[in-house]
Amino acid sequence: MNVKIKNLYKKFENKIAVNGINFNISENSTLGLLGPNGCGKTTTIGMILGLIKPSKGEIYIDGLDINKNDRIKLLEKINFASPYIELPKKLTVRQNLEIFARLYGVRDIENSIDQIANDLDLKKFIGKKTGELSSGQKNRVSLAKSLINEPKLLLLDEPTASLDPDIGDFIRGYLEKYKKNKNVTILLASHNMSEVERLCDEVIMMKNGSLVDEGTCNQLIKKHGRSNLEETFLKIARGK
Amino acid sequence: MNLSKIYALSLRHIFLIKSSFPRLLDLLYWPTIQIFLWGFISKFFTLNSTYYNNTVGVILTAAILYDFLFRSSISYNMMFLEEIWSRNFTNLFISPIKISEIIAALTLTAIFRTLIGMVPASLIAIPLFGVSIFSVGPALIFLLISLYIFGVTLGLLVTAGLIRFGPSFENIAWASLFFLAPLGCIYYPVEILPEWLRVIANALPLVHLFEEMRNILMNNTVSYLPIMKGFLISLLYFTFGVFIFYLAYFGARVRGTLINMGE
Ligand SMILES: Nc1ncnc2c1ncn2[C@@H]1O[C@H](COP(=O)(O)OP(=O)(O)OP(=O)(O)O)[C@@H](O)[C@H]1O
Ligand SMILES: [Mg+2]
Repeated sequence: MNVKIKNLYKKFENKIAVNGINFNISENSTLGLLGPNGCGKTTTIGMILGLIKPSKGEIYIDGLDINKNDRIKLLEKINFASPYIELPKKLTVRQNLEIFARLYGVRDIENSIDQIANDLDLKKFIGKKTGELSSGQKNRVSLAKSLINEPKLLLLDEPTASLDPDIGDFIRGYLEKYKKNKNVTILLASHNMSEVERLCDEVIMMKNGSLVDEGTCNQLIKKHGRSNLEETFLKIARGK
Repeated sequence: MNLSKIYALSLRHIFLIKSSFPRLLDLLYWPTIQIFLWGFISKFFTLNSTYYNNTVGVILTAAILYDFLFRSSISYNMMFLEEIWSRNFTNLFISPIKISEIIAALTLTAIFRTLIGMVPASLIAIPLFGVSIFSVGPALIFLLISLYIFGVTLGLLVTAGLIRFGPSFENIAWASLFFLAPLGCIYYPVEILPEWLRVIANALPLVHLFEEMRNILMNNTVSYLPIMKGFLISLLYFTFGVFIFYLAYFGARVRGTLINMGE
């Protein structure tokens, strides 16, 4: 799926969270969404999901407006994962995956769950209650939920926040393989610069609700005369 | 409406009840306690009051029907609170399910949650107090449906408030809704109320339903007109509740509370 964001603007009561941004994500590419805390990343993702109504501007996904009647049809092919949303704790991992598989109209539910459990190494605890898992395990289950419908557009909000380096690396490796094998467009909001360098074809950088820079990682690093993305981020964020 | 999505959401709540013994116990416990309490009160009044003279069980039947209403609205609202507590809220609203399907799923599942508690409680009353709600006769089914619709409507309104104002709204919501209870004339005839309150009471479905229930049990005659009236008023409120729910949802999209509703 491709995404076109035009003049997107969101004002909450008296706070401008997103201040007229424009960008595109081309089909099957991965775009990194960077920026300091509170710059408007989650708000932008919320608007793409149709969960937050833009004050102004348009969002087209495969040419369809998510804020119009096409929302449900689009949502069937979209998914989202983030550490700040969770799955029902009292249900087992398998029950949770089954429910979302049904909600997304997945055809072969049993097989899809087994496949994903295999890929994300959930088998050992698939019969356990989700609330009893460690945060690293929960994180993998959330990711599994977000892949259950084989989304064509995957939105990830800090997917590896609070994970130990080993599990973080496992997830990054998994996503790297996943995007190679499947037709999927990804928008990845992250504060982990090595993750962004590893996964993203291009990045956009937000600050105070505005888009302040964009390009491939290498282009940005070169343009700002730094040696890696972390230093480039710091330079842009601090404005010097 | 997509039935398999409605089923999926119902399944989530069925899994939850099946997996949680405390939840099941909770569903069974409260209605049963109500039966005991009102069973004894009922017995006492039947022996000592002329109004309830020889009409064993009017009070207890009223109590059971009122509890049915109360449980329906709690059931409806609890299912929604579970989504907030478990932080599953956002997952639900980004899945391809329509608001109307969410309302339908909760409405259909709330009946199971309600019946789990109410069926055993109603049956216990038969050997224990010699009172069977089934003595109301075939009109019972219409009374129950009307009460259920109104109960779900109250749940829907509280839920809309939760979406609009956040989880802290819950207490205010219940307090203000059950302010309506005295106006329902559940245990006494509407004539007890002062004139000006009767006007409000008559605009609620409860008066019509409970008055007719008493009429059936005490005079052994059935009149379907007040039941129809109660049913239609309930349906009207339900439509209003759905409308308010949509308003709350659209309001939450503007305020951005659907993405990380706090606890
Ligand atoms: N529902 C809301 N109501 C009012 N203000 C909000 C709301 N959501 C976000 N904001 C404000 O909008 C701005 C952007 O927030 P947002 O969550 O999009 O930032 P972010 O880039 O995701 O930050 P982080 O990196 O910390 O996750 C912040 O100043 C935030 O306080
Ligand atoms: Mg954020």
